[in-house]
Amino acid sequence: MQNLTLILLLAAMAGGAFYAGRRRSFAVVGGPAHGAQLHSLPGYYGYFTLIWCLLPALGLFFVWVLLEPKVIVALIVQSLPDPQRMVSEGELNLLVNNIRNLAAGDAISGDADAVMRDAAERYNEYLAASRRVLATLTLGIAGLGGAIALRRIRPEFRARNRVEQVVLYLLIAASSIAILTTIGIVLSVLFEAIRFFREVSLTEFLFGLTWSPQTAIRADQVGSSGSFGAVPLFTGTLLITTIAMVVAVPVGLMTAIYLAEYSSSRVRAVAKPLLEILAGIPTVVYGFFAALTVAPWVRTAGEAIGLEVASESALAAGLVMGIMIIPLVSSLSDDAIHAVPTAMRDGALGLGSTRSETMIKVILPAALPGIVGGILLAVSRAIGETMIVVMAAGLAANLTANPFEAVTTVTVQIVTLLVGDQEFDSAKTLAAFALGLVLFVVTLCLNVIGLMFVRKYREQYE
Amino acid sequence: MAGMTEMKITEEEAMPEARSADSAVEPARHRPMGATARKAVERVTELGEQTVGEVRCENPFIVTENVDVYYGDNHAIQNVTLEIGKSEVIALIGPSGCGKSTYLRCLNRMNDSIESARVTGKIALDGQDIYGSDLDPVALRARVGMVFQKPNPFPKSIYDNVAYGPRIHGLAADRAELDDIVHTSLDRAGLLKEVKDRMDEPGTGLSGGQQQRLCIARTIAVNPEVILMDEPCSALDPIATARIEDLIDELSQDYAIVIVTHSMQQAARVSKRVAYFHLGRLVEVDETDKIFTNPRHKLTEDYITGRIG
Amino acid sequence: MTANRKNSREIVEAGLARRRRKEATFRATGMLATAVGVIFLGVFFGTLVMQGASAFKQTFIKLDVEMSESVLAPDGDLDLAYADFDGLVRDALRRGFPAVSGRKERRELYRLVSVAAGYQLRDELTSDPSLLGSTITIWVPASSNVDMLVKGNIDPAIDESLRPISDAQAGWIESLQQADRLETRFNKALFTNGDSREPELAGIKGALMGSFYMLVVTVALAFPIGVAAAIYLEEFAPRSRWSDLIEVNINNLAAVPSIVFGLLGLAVFINWMALPRSAPLVGGLVLSLLTLPVIIIASRAAIQAVPPSIREAALSLGASKMQVVFHHVLPLALPGMLTGTIIGMSRALGESAPLLMIGMVAFIVDVPGGFTDPATALPVQVYLWADSPERAFAERTSAAIIVLLGFLLIMNLAAVIIRKRMERKW
Repeated sequence: MQNLTLILLLAAMAGGAFYAGRRRSFAVVGGPAHGAQLHSLPGYYGYFTLIWCLLPALGLFFVWVLLEPKVIVALIVQSLPDPQRMVSEGELNLLVNNIRNLAAGDAISGDADAVMRDAAERYNEYLAASRRVLATLTLGIAGLGGAIALRRIRPEFRARNRVEQVVLYLLIAASSIAILTTIGIVLSVLFEAIRFFREVSLTEFLFGLTWSPQTAIRADQVGSSGSFGAVPLFTGTLLITTIAMVVAVPVGLMTAIYLAEYSSSRVRAVAKPLLEILAGIPTVVYGFFAALTVAPWVRTAGEAIGLEVASESALAAGLVMGIMIIPLVSSLSDDAIHAVPTAMRDGALGLGSTRSETMIKVILPAALPGIVGGILLAVSRAIGETMIVVMAAGLAANLTANPFEAVTTVTVQIVTLLVGDQEFDSAKTLAAFALGLVLFVVTLCLNVIGLMFVRKYREQYE
Repeated sequence: MAGMTEMKITEEEAMPEARSADSAVEPARHRPMGATARKAVERVTELGEQTVGEVRCENPFIVTENVDVYYGDNHAIQNVTLEIGKSEVIALIGPSGCGKSTYLRCLNRMNDSIESARVTGKIALDGQDIYGSDLDPVALRARVGMVFQKPNPFPKSIYDNVAYGPRIHGLAADRAELDDIVHTSLDRAGLLKEVKDRMDEPGTGLSGGQQQRLCIARTIAVNPEVILMDEPCSALDPIATARIEDLIDELSQDYAIVIVTHSMQQAARVSKRVAYFHLGRLVEVDETDKIFTNPRHKLTEDYITGRIG
Repeated sequence: MTANRKNSREIVEAGLARRRRKEATFRATGMLATAVGVIFLGVFFGTLVMQGASAFKQTFIKLDVEMSESVLAPDGDLDLAYADFDGLVRDALRRGFPAVSGRKERRELYRLVSVAAGYQLRDELTSDPSLLGSTITIWVPASSNVDMLVKGNIDPAIDESLRPISDAQAGWIESLQQADRLETRFNKALFTNGDSREPELAGIKGALMGSFYMLVVTVALAFPIGVAAAIYLEEFAPRSRWSDLIEVNINNLAAVPSIVFGLLGLAVFINWMALPRSAPLVGGLVLSLLTLPVIIIASRAAIQAVPPSIREAALSLGASKMQVVFHHVLPLALPGMLTGTIIGMSRALGESAPLLMIGMVAFIVDVPGGFTDPATALPVQVYLWADSPERAFAERTSAAIIVLLGFLLIMNLAAVIIRKRMERKW
């Protein structure tokens, strides 16, 4: 919370800087009565001072806070006696963690020895020192920045242009965050995946038929190497996605057609918001419904007709996922259908087509690119969907196309591998990132192609 | 919303309005008799219940009696009675929003697709009530074809555009017969020569005038008895317009044609009779000559002389 | 020509019946498809309410507890933290059912009452030490199995070995009911407690606060950044490759699976920046990246809806581009931006997959008190409870879902109202 105090102090200084800047601008022209002599409105001189006071100090603050833990840990590790330092990376991490917990006064795993207590004490010392230096530096820079800005205020000084320039840079920075996010995703997933592929070959991962990532904790244990053939995950994902699309595409498309062509405006006014509600239900809720309600139904229904159905069948997860995707398909199809000019519809009706003939032979073919684009986006959504499959599909990596059996998916495995205690460097953990890379690349391709279709199509009729 | 569409139409019509000013002069110049005749007749000035002129015709094919159309609360067409003869071209004229297009769309029940539209009165085609419960609008539209304001070929090949109607109605027994229908229709629409080597190319690739003739070919491929044309030339240049007008002239041998137009020259050139609509009422109907040389209603006169547009 | 026409009229008439049938089938299919979604929604809400409504009530049992010093402080000094309050409860139960003897029966008897009873007695005594030695009458929560039986979720007709309530326990419950010592009341614990292994003690307050802190972080980051990005892209960015790239990129980010954002959060915020695991701060950071595209897209649409004539008017009066944007465009576009932000927030509130990646699935009893305390979120709580085998948790899961959907509904209504109220016709 000490950092919060510092931020509040900074904010107070910034407020002060604003008023100081404003007053100074009046002072240089000899009072508010002569304000017209200033190049910019007095407020801009205030903002100018505020920016000089705040921005450099804030920049320093964030860099410091970000680097602080790393530097301190490095110092602590450096100061440890040799026997403790010469251990594996994993054990060192554990040790550092324990030291940190000890310093914070929390419970630690194992007993604390003298070395550790020493280290913890040093940790706290470094932390306190760091905070002191940070506070002094930040406030000092803020004051200095403000003072420099104040000195630069002259009647002919173009404060507005300066302030606007800074604001423009801030806007650019904000818009580049979207790009940074993508880069961040690519880099974070890629680096860990590359580390994974150093241990497991790419061909084994992409074409191997067995998935059992349970690596042993100690190297000398039996069956220590897990196998990372991801084909069962891909087929499982494909199976559930297919079931979902078999539900969502016809139902979504027919819903869009019915609402666009047949329903009265009153039915439309009720049905559309209801579908939007369907789209707004969190996926975890669908997952709960799939696991606790639909899966037992599917099982009972299957058994009633003499089929053997796993309790976590692909069918249950796929059905519910399909329902979840109906609104997406229907709203994108609706857009596509409505983008077809009414003249086309009139032309067909004028020749004596029935409404269904108009729809099937004229409007749908014209709307096809838009609908295909929408379906691609829906497939991407189904592949990336996590909670429904985590809750309703199994963990067993079966290589099967039987919808009544349990299968697992890429997203389920990512969650399973990363939830709970984990060593960050084991192949098991890294495998999740490799799967994440596959997921990202596949959905990215689908999205790019799908969006391209939708956009091209929209332009065609504009 | 209604207000917005009206506004838009008015803007589009700024041009025809300008043209209409001299169109009033034109027939007068050609027929100097009109000027003298015009003075002789006393003019009706109010917009009353009664239509001026001759609403009946000999050998009527389409008979509309006391037709009213409502869009929700909006009374779009009021008590229109009009007969349309076999193989005659009748032009519907009038200022925008006067209901002439609405009336046209009643004749093949295209108003059905507008949820709030309601039609009362009697419309009979060849003696059969087209709003009768036993009549399927699909069958009606096969008999009453329609050409729209903007050329609207389907995004299909030229061949498929023309073959569309025969296909859905099952008019051709085999491919050869279908080919025959397509060729004949294109020929009658005067388009065959231009497109016979590129029947597989998309119909949307043709020029505007060609597209409109394709739409006419598409309509006559179904072998209708009546063709409704809703301002078929408003989106075309003068040369393409002239070709369509020639085509209408030829087609009038075999079909009853009802054409909505903004251009009074066009009405004068192609039609045998003219019906003038104003604010949802049918004000005056008569032989084209009579309307343009000697309108009997003040409103008709104001319109053709360009005082209202 | 006429003969030909007659012929084609006949053909058309002949085909009509078949075509009408096709039309009717097509129409019926469409109606059915529309009904599928609506029916699902009905079934879904129906089962949810049926399962979840009872969780807002909890069964309580009236006990006459003697705050006996000999039980609480056998060796003379009373230490509230370690005193045997459970013993008092057991005494009270034994006194209520003097006929029950034998170790096994007694243990069954004790299981009627929740472990929360002991805590409740401790709280009573802490707030009023004078109660020591006296006998007080107090309503304590029943155990979850008793609760389930009373609510009818356990069928007493099935074989004894198949249900968690024995015949003897069922008999005691009945006698309690007859003595007016058993009652169902509003389940306050659901809203005031954190998570717990005991269903009757488990509440959603911890998850709610976790979600709240996360959304605070998300709004604080995503709203200003999203609006700023939208302003730049709409008003300042030169039409170039670069801005096209940003555009495509934002549209794609909006469709990237949420779990991938979780991987990003794990790799960047936790492993690289060493921010604490399970913290609402990190959850909020991830969710703000996730909702940023939604907000940017909505804000851009809102800016586009401001007519250019307003910009031109302001520019012609000598305002700088920046002044035009901040004095005119932004205020006019704000309602649309707010609507987009609320929609983005409601998406963030329902999101759980990325939170699993950054450790927000831990079992956390304490209600988080800040941005860096370990916490979970409401949808994640649903996930955790849905995994628990007890029937009582299934009921609470549904209740948590009802609360979650309630919040989402309020947010979406707010968005609709803002849109309606601030809607401007140009």
